[in-house]
Amino acid sequence: MLNVSGLFTEYVSDKGVVVQAAKDVSFEVPKGKLFTLLGPSGCGKTTTLRSIAGLEKPTQGLIEVNGQTIFSSSKGVFTPPNKRGFGMVFQSYAIWPHMSVFKNASFPMEVGLKKYSPSEIKSRVMRVLESVELAQFHDRDATRLSGGQQQRLALARALVMEPQLLLLDEPLSNLDAKLREKMRFEVKKIQRELDITTIYVTHDQSEALALSHEIAVMSSGRIVQRGTPRQIYETPNSTFVADFVGAINFIDATVKALEDGGQKMVLESEIGLIQAPNPEGFALGDQVQVCVRPENVHLSDEAPQLSHANHFLGLVHLKIFLGEVLDFQVKIGSKLILARVHPHQKTPVDHPIYIHFDPSNCVVFKR
Amino acid sequence: MLDTLGRFKPNTVCAFMWIIVPYRGTLGILHLHLDSANQALKGWFGPALLKFCFLTLFRSFGDSSVQSPLVVEPAQHARLKFDPKWVVIGCCLLVVGFLALVPFCFMVWQSFLTPETADQPSVFTLSNYVTAYTDAETITTLANSIEFATGGSLVAFVIGTALAWMNERTNTPLRRLFYALSIVPLIIPSILFTIAWIMLLSPKIGIINMAFQSVFGLESPPFNIYSMGGMIWVDGLHYSPMAFLLMTAAFKAMDPSLEESAVMSGSSILRTLWRITLKLAFPAIVATILTLFVRAIESFEVPALLGLPAGIQVFTSAIYQAIHQFPSQLGLASAFSVLLLLITSGGIYIQARISSSSSKYVTVTGKGFRPRSIDLGVWRYATLCVFLLYFLLIVVLPFLVLLWSSLQKFYAPPSAEALKHLTLDGYRYVLDSDTILHALFNSVWMGMACATIVMLLSAVVCWVVVKTKIPGRWLLDNLASLPMVFPGLVLGVSIMIFYLTFDIGIYGTFWIILLAYVTRFMPYGLRYNTTSMIQIHKDLEDSAGMSGAGWVTVFTKVILPLLKPGMVAGWIYVMIVSVRELSSSILLYSPGNEVISIVIWELWENGQYVELSALSVMFILMLLMLVLFAQAVGKRFGVKDS
Repeated sequence: MLNVSGLFTEYVSDKGVVVQAAKDVSFEVPKGKLFTLLGPSGCGKTTTLRSIAGLEKPTQGLIEVNGQTIFSSSKGVFTPPNKRGFGMVFQSYAIWPHMSVFKNASFPMEVGLKKYSPSEIKSRVMRVLESVELAQFHDRDATRLSGGQQQRLALARALVMEPQLLLLDEPLSNLDAKLREKMRFEVKKIQRELDITTIYVTHDQSEALALSHEIAVMSSGRIVQRGTPRQIYETPNSTFVADFVGAINFIDATVKALEDGGQKMVLESEIGLIQAPNPEGFALGDQVQVCVRPENVHLSDEAPQLSHANHFLGLVHLKIFLGEVLDFQVKIGSKLILARVHPHQKTPVDHPIYIHFDPSNCVVFKR
Repeated sequence: MLDTLGRFKPNTVCAFMWIIVPYRGTLGILHLHLDSANQALKGWFGPALLKFCFLTLFRSFGDSSVQSPLVVEPAQHARLKFDPKWVVIGCCLLVVGFLALVPFCFMVWQSFLTPETADQPSVFTLSNYVTAYTDAETITTLANSIEFATGGSLVAFVIGTALAWMNERTNTPLRRLFYALSIVPLIIPSILFTIAWIMLLSPKIGIINMAFQSVFGLESPPFNIYSMGGMIWVDGLHYSPMAFLLMTAAFKAMDPSLEESAVMSGSSILRTLWRITLKLAFPAIVATILTLFVRAIESFEVPALLGLPAGIQVFTSAIYQAIHQFPSQLGLASAFSVLLLLITSGGIYIQARISSSSSKYVTVTGKGFRPRSIDLGVWRYATLCVFLLYFLLIVVLPFLVLLWSSLQKFYAPPSAEALKHLTLDGYRYVLDSDTILHALFNSVWMGMACATIVMLLSAVVCWVVVKTKIPGRWLLDNLASLPMVFPGLVLGVSIMIFYLTFDIGIYGTFWIILLAYVTRFMPYGLRYNTTSMIQIHKDLEDSAGMSGAGWVTVFTKVILPLLKPGMVAGWIYVMIVSVRELSSSILLYSPGNEVISIVIWELWENGQYVELSALSVMFILMLLMLVLFAQAVGKRFGVKDS
């Protein structure tokens, strides 16, 4: 439905330096799917979104929607943003303070090329306000809405024209934690119900994992990995993605032996011998990093009876109680390993403890 | 004006903006601006401006990329289309460029030419400069100008700083009320303030002189206002509120803990004031003095009314006289103007350099602090008396003397005898005079037209400067702010010369005055709009674009309504300064299209003091009402906005 290929966008910063914000960005989004651009600030995700919106003019590349070219550097095509017919929600919501709630939502119907009758505007705006539960506030000053209501109004305004593409630029980042979680469900529900193709930009990995059909992780202007939330989380393709999406332990190691015809390997690491799968085909002597998510690190007070070797004895260094989970920092030699376990684990600080993890939960990268 | 906690409400801040924005704006803008003036001198201006115009115009025919405006590929031919955005921006740019540059450049050029006569074309000459600068009188004029401006700015600065310190750093009673009233003196136009002080201090009819003579039995009047001292006193006193507001801002911005730590180190109050407070405020002090100096050297009313009768000539009065001689010495006036312009640009340039290099003095911490005030004990009643005396001198006495004189048949000093002859004839004359009513009408509609044009034009300019990334937009900002360095009289001279030479039928009509007003007050409009424009988040505009609105719709439905508070405040400010304007109008008016300030000038020249006073009283009250209205409007919009 949306096809972006070979997109380069640059802008001139306030200091007059040309910044390459998006470099060779390519992806396609099928109809009705929610696609997320995820990355730290300054990675180019917002620039990419604004290029799709037409608010930035890319220097190179191609953007097509439903087979129709809206930007092409080679053909010299650039459809201005007001002719693209997309809906967009801004990080600041961009609610116009000089208009009422109704006027804010009806604005897109009043300014577009297509003319609507007043009754038609009224019924459609009220319907969309209804869907975001703002209908009873329709004649209120937009500035008198709370943060969450303003956010829903921004969504209503973006949806009122029933756009073929919805662009969301960190829409939840200005809300407090509780409301953010609630709105996460709202956005997901509305998107799934309307079956509207959506591009979602966020720096919050849990938001991305919760909402998306597909995620593209970006770093310094490039997409480094694309995949479903599960793929991104469980099989990151680089230490950057592994580190950015959720907490993770990195353990330095060297390949010591290959087993099962190279399918498995034994690694000599800073905490001892580790068994791990070897889909990348590492060779003997390679310097690598083993990544293990803290929730895959299990704890026990007695030595575990396991078929594999991945268990180590350490000392409880620090405990952080988070309510639903308990984080343990376990010191093995000079290395600290983070384990996230159920709070029933009560081993006191400075007491010995065993950690173990399954080889299949290890992801190994070249160092 | 005070809320329940005794703090200031937005309308007072608005009052403060009134004066600060334009003059303070000078500090900010010119800092950029003089860089560009620099580059202009290096011959950079022309090419850059041309490139900018070219790019802008080119874009009006199609949305080609910035990188390669000349490469139009076949597919794009079909897309060449009319985009109102670039047409509007292009037009505004051309108008601004024209207003700011053309008459001024033309004047400089003309200053190198002999006057054109019927049988002789004009030729290149340096004789205007030779005449102007080899004359011994010029040295006197220069010395007088410097003496007047230095004296005036120092008087204003000392009074203003003392009041600002008392107001900000002591517990003088009623100081908050005083701050709110500090706007009032600035409402009284310079010409009326000068005339009022003539009535107070003239050796012949001055009321204060007479009072001193009768009380102390003096033979001769103790004060003579027709002197350098008199000029400095009147000008300095009139602009002391500006110094007060600028220095108050400086004191407000200063973290009191810097002073407190000096006191904790064992320093006395006066020592702290000298070693810490004034040292920290140093950049603000220099900037304030330079602002006052530049303004004093541009001052026309005081030198013309007080200096000329005493034979004391400064540049502004010299320019005025050169034009009002027969035959007019335009070349000479231009030569003087160029020198005057060099002085004002130099002053503002230095001021800008100081402001920009003063970052190491930054004392604003961003977090709110409550200003500490020094307990003066019983001395606080002494400082209260200073406030009262000041207010008496700057508002009460001048206004009362005008009021008194407006109620007489023939001007007479106050006495029991004169009290019996009170009459409203002066007011009747004013209200019956077609000329005066016509002038009032002219002033009002031109003020409104000027304010409207200035605010709309500068809104577009400001949008381009603040919201776009068009290369060279800084040039546009500087161009629109350039008239800030023109003294009113110099602007008048340059516009006059230009439209005398290129007769397009506006010379001698009110259009030329309107043109002068728009040029002169464009920078003020720009300041007001920029302040508001910066506060409008880019997303508000982008989201309108995403909603399907074109540029014109976005501009009229989103940008302009959001700019409204700043626009309204700026509109009223520009309207008021236009109505008061004298120094440009005096060179450009012709019989039949007088404005109100010209009528006052003419009444003074004709010796019709009673009628003049009646008109003045009504004029001052009208301006006062406009200001109150402006504050009420500002408050209303201010409240709604926040």
